[in-house]
Amino acid sequence: MNNHYYLYLLAAVLAIYAVRALPMTLIRRDIKSPFIRSFLHYVPYVTLAVMTFPAILSTAVVLAYVDGNLFRVAIGACVMVYLAEFFCI
Amino acid sequence: MESTANKKENTQIMEEKFSEKKGNKFWYLKGLRDGIPIAMGYFAVSFTLGITMKNTGITPLQGAIMSMTMLASAGQYAAITVIAAGSGYLEMVITTLIVNLRYLLMSCALSQKVDSKTGIGHRLAMSYCITDEIFGAASLVEEKLNPFYSYGMVTVACPGWTIGTFLGVALGTILPERLSNAMGVALYGMFLAVIIPPARKDKVIACVVVLSMAASCVFSIVPGLKEISSGFRIIILTLIIAGIAAYVKPIAQTQGEEGKEHE
Repeated sequence: MNNHYYLYLLAAVLAIYAVRALPMTLIRRDIKSPFIRSFLHYVPYVTLAVMTFPAILSTAVVLAYVDGNLFRVAIGACVMVYLAEFFCI
Repeated sequence: MESTANKKENTQIMEEKFSEKKGNKFWYLKGLRDGIPIAMGYFAVSFTLGITMKNTGITPLQGAIMSMTMLASAGQYAAITVIAAGSGYLEMVITTLIVNLRYLLMSCALSQKVDSKTGIGHRLAMSYCITDEIFGAASLVEEKLNPFYSYGMVTVACPGWTIGTFLGVALGTILPERLSNAMGVALYGMFLAVIIPPARKDKVIACVVVLSMAASCVFSIVPGLKEISSGFRIIILTLIIAGIAAYVKPIAQTQGEEGKEHE
């Protein structure tokens, strides 16, 4: 398993790095096309919004399920979001 | 209307002057600080990844090395599945490419976010730092992205992810659920901190965010669409929604419209 594991890992690492690095290294100039520029401008908002919702509900719901105390769940979520914003902005 | 435009210009000029003073050290330190909530979230999430690894027979060290080199959650789950199934190397490459295709989009976006003069070395190093969370925080930067900001974040976030994985495999338990969830919420809080403030300022972005969340909900409920993996959901919705937004409201055009209003 050992040798195979690292060969598998090497294959995975090369593939994932290629996906990350190819556009970064190949697109060296500022894109002129207004459509593509606008598209890329909107990309982060769509990706992050899709990742957040509805996934955030399940986390909050699990928290509610585990704890059962609405007040603590709400405060807990708020504190964490507050902390995150505090660190991010 | 004119005065607000002037004010905007003034603040922009001031920001540009200010950003000249922001050197690599400034951005690296800011990255370290902004990396803390990311590291917390990663630490919590990677424990669960560790359990999956343990069940597959991966040792803590092997798991930690995978986390350090791949730095991806869904991508690593897919890799573990391929290893457990004993499929071929080609299948590993193809699976990894497909599951992580969203990074291609993020990398495209970042290629325009960095200064076009950024050298190949920085580009290669920054590519390693592309994760959902680091990309999110990097998008929040209003000026050109300094590579050291990404480096700062990854300096904190990568150990969080790697150590969490190591402990997850070694201990074979997840963190106490309450703690794990509380830390996990930090990642979502971070995402919200990235998308909400611009959405409040810009109606188009607000529409894009609401539409994306609604569409994501539809994709998680409707049978058929529900079976699409989260990685593909992100890609499909990004292509569609960002595409429509770019078609309906190109950014250059919105600026032009503002100019027309002044006339």
